[in-house]
Amino acid sequence: MLALQALHRLLMAAVTLFGVAVVVFVLLRVVPGDPVAMMIAPGASPEDVAALRARYGLDLSIPEQFLVWLGGVVTGDFGTSISLRRDVLELLSERLPATLELAVAALLVAMLVGGAVAVAGTLARRSVLGSAIDGFNGVMLAIPDFVWALALVLGLGVMVPLFPLTGRIDPTAADGFSSRFYLVESLLTLRFEVFADVASHMVMPTLALALPLAAIIARVLKASLVEAMGEDYILLARLKGMSETRLVLQEALRNAVGPTLALTGVQFTFLIGGTVIVERIFAYPGIGNMAIDAVINRDLPLIQGLVLMFGLLFILVNVAVDAAVAALNPRLRHG
Amino acid sequence: MSGQILSVESLSAVSLREGGQAILRDVSLSLAPGEVLGLVGESGAGKSTIAKAVLGILPSGIRITEGRIRFEGRDMLAMPRAEVRSILGSEITLIPQDPLSALNPGRRIGPQITDGLRLRRGLSRSEARARALALLSEVHIRDPERVLGAFPHQLSGGMRQRVLIAAAFSMEPKLVIADEPTTALDVTVQKQILRLIRAMQETHGTAVVFVTHDLGVVAQICDRVTLLYAGRVIESGHTADMLQRPAHPYTRALIASSPRYDRPDVGLAPVPESVFEGLRAEIAAFDRERRA
Amino acid sequence: MADAGLDAAGARAAPRRRSRTGAALLAEPKVLVGGGFILLLVLVALFAPWIAPKDPLEQDLMLGTLPPVGFAGTEPGYLLGTDDLGRDVLSRIVFGARVALTVAFVAASLAALIGTVLGLAAGWFGGRVDAAISRLVEIWMAFPPVLLSILLVAILGAGLHSVIAAIVIIDWTRFCRVVRAETMAQARMDYVTAARTVGFPGFTILTREVLPNVAPVLLALVSLEMGIAVIVEAILSFVGLSVSSDTPTWGGMIAQGRQIVHHGWWVLAFPLLVLTLTVLAFNMLGDGLRRALDPVMRR
Repeated sequence: MLALQALHRLLMAAVTLFGVAVVVFVLLRVVPGDPVAMMIAPGASPEDVAALRARYGLDLSIPEQFLVWLGGVVTGDFGTSISLRRDVLELLSERLPATLELAVAALLVAMLVGGAVAVAGTLARRSVLGSAIDGFNGVMLAIPDFVWALALVLGLGVMVPLFPLTGRIDPTAADGFSSRFYLVESLLTLRFEVFADVASHMVMPTLALALPLAAIIARVLKASLVEAMGEDYILLARLKGMSETRLVLQEALRNAVGPTLALTGVQFTFLIGGTVIVERIFAYPGIGNMAIDAVINRDLPLIQGLVLMFGLLFILVNVAVDAAVAALNPRLRHG
Repeated sequence: MSGQILSVESLSAVSLREGGQAILRDVSLSLAPGEVLGLVGESGAGKSTIAKAVLGILPSGIRITEGRIRFEGRDMLAMPRAEVRSILGSEITLIPQDPLSALNPGRRIGPQITDGLRLRRGLSRSEARARALALLSEVHIRDPERVLGAFPHQLSGGMRQRVLIAAAFSMEPKLVIADEPTTALDVTVQKQILRLIRAMQETHGTAVVFVTHDLGVVAQICDRVTLLYAGRVIESGHTADMLQRPAHPYTRALIASSPRYDRPDVGLAPVPESVFEGLRAEIAAFDRERRA
Repeated sequence: MADAGLDAAGARAAPRRRSRTGAALLAEPKVLVGGGFILLLVLVALFAPWIAPKDPLEQDLMLGTLPPVGFAGTEPGYLLGTDDLGRDVLSRIVFGARVALTVAFVAASLAALIGTVLGLAAGWFGGRVDAAISRLVEIWMAFPPVLLSILLVAILGAGLHSVIAAIVIIDWTRFCRVVRAETMAQARMDYVTAARTVGFPGFTILTREVLPNVAPVLLALVSLEMGIAVIVEAILSFVGLSVSSDTPTWGGMIAQGRQIVHHGWWVLAFPLLVLTLTVLAFNMLGDGLRRALDPVMRR
């Protein structure tokens, strides 16, 4: 039953992804802005232009182009980037690890900070401190990652320069990696200096992405916790003599996490979308940063590849969240 | 009243919300060690309020205006919070009304029983587990090992209530408050649970305050009864006496309106309006006196 | 309350409702503070030419990158300093409010309009109409919003109209979902069934009964959306896809400020501050509206 549900979800997601791909594909071709014109040298002859266009298959009809592209995708060929003149799949796989590390780090930070604030808010819920935490959280909710990123640039990058403002790693240390997962690999290979360098580059973009999500998690989790604390079993546990902190952490938390998890999953997809602008602000070499240039340059193959990539990420996140929610619910596990 | 395990003396309480509406009107009752007292009344009579007051879990909208609650002679309302907390859950425990919401749906049964034992009695993990198994057998659960490892939703309502009864008695308390523990159960299971509570109570020598709206339940397991209406004690005494020779018209009417499973030929007589009028007059007179 | 709006008694009831609403609105502190700030901003935007001390477009390379008042090397008259082309930061912020607020009001209103119409349709007709619209919303929401907005503006060409179009196209779904849910809830209520039985056409019921009940939540959402619109516009200007770089926008200034942040941090700091305060104000207003209108108009 559970497997069937998951399969259904996966299928729906695949359909959605397909729909997205189609829409983007058509949009890009139907609309003004000729990618070839953008990359051609001025004074090129019409034959050169036509040749270039043919090379990228842009002389075919739209449905034909779509089928060609689709055929390529299925066999792992995402085409060649018009603006960067390299294989799209290669470009994506080069830059994806950076964004993944950023997104996952942000998620972890958000869960930690959000969770801590929620627990503190629950313990203090009848006091002035509790109201203060609520108010503070409300303000945090209104500030988007864009603003956080820039505020961090000002605060921790310029005013009190603690962290580097751009890039992912000191260029001299960028060699000697077999994968592009710099953070993870440097830790696993015990190169702590390199790890520290990569981490310090990640601090600000991670915070910028994490804080809005943390605020949401804090609010939703606290609401669930407070609701759980009103249940009878908490009363009984309190009579047993448990401290409030233990009540929240040991008794209430496990029942409050479920609904929060589902929402966190949805918000995480927004976080991934946020990497587009945050990476740009910090000149962080991930797929988000690449996406902006791709769009401005009308780099059709690259844009399509990126859209597919983002879509795939969203699907994976949704699947993971569904699985986690199901795993945490004792009724579904031990029904 | 010396020697009483619990004595409530002239307890009055008001609701802070509905304009100071009286919830309890000068309620007095007492319970001897090892005795079972039935606290009877319709919904809103105040029986749950008294139980909650004893347990110290009165909702914030209700305030005690006067009276005392003595446990083994000590006034619980005047005690420091820490002392009250050391008594509750250890010497006074609770069998709640709804077994489903009283158990944490996200935790297994085992820890929910052993928590108290480890926290309050300092038992080790294995000692507590052994004790829990013994208790589950005592409440006639056939497969205690399985139940210890199960989640609440995997057990039937009756089994959940047995678990809660086991937990309540696990602390060897002097007093157990049973708050309508059979209301949420099937009729067939009710009788078993009642008998179980009576048996446990006799074995462990525990005093029990049994809150219920059902005279039939009272007849089965209570030694003494206190009948409440609108927060006022209408009549109290030994169960047998009260049920056979009721003094107050309300008591008489209630008995007449209770279904007699052994006498199906006897029809049900609803409590006559005149009795309610009489009650209302009594309450009004009490209120007037109070204000004066 | 089933007869409200369906007879003369309803007409009598309406004015009483409105004055109650007015009082409730003014009593809510969030509405006052948030709304007050926005009002102030609107006035600043309207009277920009008279309020701004300098011409926002006037360049003077001799006065480039001057720090704000209070720091060394400042020049009188340039309260918040200048950017690297010598343009007064304060004046540009004042004029930037025009772009921000225009986008906010127009985009939020349009998005609300489209979303509400579709939401009403989905909630009222249910069945296939609802299924189709819901599917559409789902697919729509699968796009990362920032990327989609950049894509749309890149496609439609830079400019205010495309920024507004992009915001509307992306965020109408927010309104659609809320309105759909509310409409469905209302459509099941007894007074609607009663109205139908009496013979009132669906459209009348929708506009006279359902819509007023949806209005409070809608209004709060519009305020929220305005805050989002301001941010999206700022992001698009930041990336260079909004109005031409000469016209002062907060996002454009922020982009510029980011480039010269080490020797001209004020070019980034002040527009960022104003932007943040504006978003907070819209959020506060929306929150306050929701609180103030809910208990009064909810039956």
